[in-house]
Amino acid sequence: MPLTVPAHGPEAAARLASMSDVTASDGSLRRFLHGLPGVDAVGLEGRAATLGTRSIKTTAKAYAIDLAISMIDLTTLEGADTPGKVRALCAKGVHPDPLDRSTPKVAAICVYPDMVKVAKESLGDSGVKVASVATAFPAGRAALPVKLADVADAVAAGADEVDMVIDRGAFLAGHYLKVYDEIRAVKEACRRPDSTSAHLKVIFETGELSTYDNIRRASWLGMLAGADFIKTSTGKVAVNATPPNTLILLEAVRDFRETVGVQVGVKPAGGIRTTKDAIKFLVLVNETVGEDWLSNDWFRFGASSLLNDLLMQRQKLSTGRYSGPDYVTVD
Amino acid sequence: MTTFDYAPAPESRAVVDIAPSYGLFIDGEFTEAADGKVFKTVSPSSEEVLSEVAQAGEADVDRAVKAARKAFTTWSAIPGAERAKYLFRIARIIQERSRELAVLETLDNGKPIRETRDADLPLVAAHFFYYAGWADKLDHAGYGANPKPLGVAGQVIPWNFPLLMLAWKIAPALATGNTVVLKPAETTPLSALFFADICRQAGLPKGVVNILPGYGDAGAALVGHPDVNKVAFTGSTAVGKAIARSIAGTHKKVTLELGGKGANIVFDDAPIDQAVEGIVNGIFFNQGQVCCAGSRLLLQESVADEVLDALKRRLSTLRIGDPLDKNTDVGAINSAEQLARITALADSGEAEGAERWSPACELPSSGYWFAPTLFTGVTQAHRIAREEIFGPVLSVLTFRTPAEAVEKANNSQYGLSAGIWTEKGSRILSVANQLRAGVVWANTFNKFDPTSPFGGYKESGFGREGGRHGLEAYLDV
Repeated sequence: MPLTVPAHGPEAAARLASMSDVTASDGSLRRFLHGLPGVDAVGLEGRAATLGTRSIKTTAKAYAIDLAISMIDLTTLEGADTPGKVRALCAKGVHPDPLDRSTPKVAAICVYPDMVKVAKESLGDSGVKVASVATAFPAGRAALPVKLADVADAVAAGADEVDMVIDRGAFLAGHYLKVYDEIRAVKEACRRPDSTSAHLKVIFETGELSTYDNIRRASWLGMLAGADFIKTSTGKVAVNATPPNTLILLEAVRDFRETVGVQVGVKPAGGIRTTKDAIKFLVLVNETVGEDWLSNDWFRFGASSLLNDLLMQRQKLSTGRYSGPDYVTVD
Repeated sequence: MTTFDYAPAPESRAVVDIAPSYGLFIDGEFTEAADGKVFKTVSPSSEEVLSEVAQAGEADVDRAVKAARKAFTTWSAIPGAERAKYLFRIARIIQERSRELAVLETLDNGKPIRETRDADLPLVAAHFFYYAGWADKLDHAGYGANPKPLGVAGQVIPWNFPLLMLAWKIAPALATGNTVVLKPAETTPLSALFFADICRQAGLPKGVVNILPGYGDAGAALVGHPDVNKVAFTGSTAVGKAIARSIAGTHKKVTLELGGKGANIVFDDAPIDQAVEGIVNGIFFNQGQVCCAGSRLLLQESVADEVLDALKRRLSTLRIGDPLDKNTDVGAINSAEQLARITALADSGEAEGAERWSPACELPSSGYWFAPTLFTGVTQAHRIAREEIFGPVLSVLTFRTPAEAVEKANNSQYGLSAGIWTEKGSRILSVANQLRAGVVWANTFNKFDPTSPFGGYKESGFGREGGRHGLEAYLDV
């Protein structure tokens, strides 16, 4: 048996089943989550800040920029989204820099469920995935059948990946098993008729969980329930992805792999706008979990404006001068 | 490139202009030594000679003390608010020249630029700002109205934090109205000489600060000089004892900040990931050449394996090499002499049966280097558990109960620092109360602040530096 299996692979279920005593009841799950080592906020933020001082230059910078572009879930989640807007974003995702076809394509286009079909059609066989938010995104305040219908709709429309939100109210009230069961149900709803599954990203909305201890508990809860990716934020609240909260997620996937043998991906989302920010996150990945996570199979950026900054920096590296915002596309 | 390897990111040496030779700084002027002696200072990471420096002897010490005595009359008489202006000015110049000083310190000492830039220099400036604030408030420091300075302070500092230790010594001395003669360590004289230039730039009156690069004989002459009123020393316990003997029975007031063998105690309810960072910071900060280093790691047995695995994984990510590279975590050992001492003590650990481990790392071929090292299976009877190594070597011991942790932590001739790692507040308070160490850190390590007093118990010395307590050492109270 392999040492590590991917969370989205067929062997993962058996590995997770080995933890079934933990998830047997609300009490056992609570004892387990509260038994995880605490997080010292000052120390965590200090570590993230120190890694933020790494100086990534020349060849390393070029590598990091291309890697970051390939990890983007290029996102539009607006009430004003139209098929035209989504098609434009898809075209950009496939060829981010119209002047330089050597630019890598992004990982996925992330849209609301009703735009999945449009995105799927425009992306065709480009290799760029379609991710859809679901489960009454971003608040998650709807009855479970409604959330599941939302998911089923996105999957039926062709979504490759589903980004669900957890019920933060239930989590904060200590009803961990309710959150767990809901994630399991959504994971089930991600299944397609041909028995393949859309990959499931579980959004914690770390800004609303508020404490680092909660973020660590939520990470383990999400992974135990079968998350393929764990994701910080919706991008719709005041505090979204930060280096410290992403560091907690990275420590959690590292420890989860060591304990259970299942590898889970990480996606910080919201508020990452500059190349400098993106590189800081890649340094966090590199020095916390290492190269096993340094590909878009295991790490994603949920972002929209980040891509243009990466492109401008990429042009700067190849030409030696700044091109400016007129030389990247506005979508 | 197919992996995320960091390209070299060296800080530019061009920001600092090191002269081929430097003199002694006496009475506001750079002068040669009376006997014309000079010595070379080298960069520990490459063994390149950086400069040739005048070597102070007894006659120079006498000249410097006389200059300081003469300056004392006027310096001690000017209002505190006026003295504060000079100190604020010095603090600001240090901030303005911080990049230059950081590069200089890294070159002369061997420590990584990340540390000189993010730790040493900000703390140096902060120390001057802090004591500048005290200069006109001495009436309210708790030592009665109008407390008087002592006179001439003879100060001898080590090579591990050359400019920071200078700041710890000079800032409170000047704020309280004393004048100083300071001897930097022979392996790291340059930043003190640049500080002499900063004193001139700040318009500090002549003779208030005198800098005498030199060896132990100059230090002995300084602390033994009959016209010195106050002796402040940071360095080894052996030299500290010799100083205490030499000034016994004189009128001199003394503070000694000596060695340590800090215990870093990790309980099973600790925040493990942050504890690992704290352990690394405790012993590998400044290559472990820190008197308050957490060189003894005490792990509760129930989490010992887990913490050790995490620690080894973390040590494998440490970046060792060119101290001027902005991504370097661990730099060079300060001198061949220190490297020999670290090597000998580490070898004794192995010979006495402890298990040695270092991450796979390539050390540069020139310069003085020692790989980060940890020893497991260490007992209280091993030399590496008792003697100060002053290098990147961590001795790991285990304990079963809080009482045993306290007993083992206190079972040392030293008592400078200790660390407690637990998420349980009541445990922090109860253990901290029982530890005989001058500084006890809770869920952190090697954190410094000018407002916080620092000093030791037992053979780690006496007297406090920093904070309001630090004023007492320079006041006639």
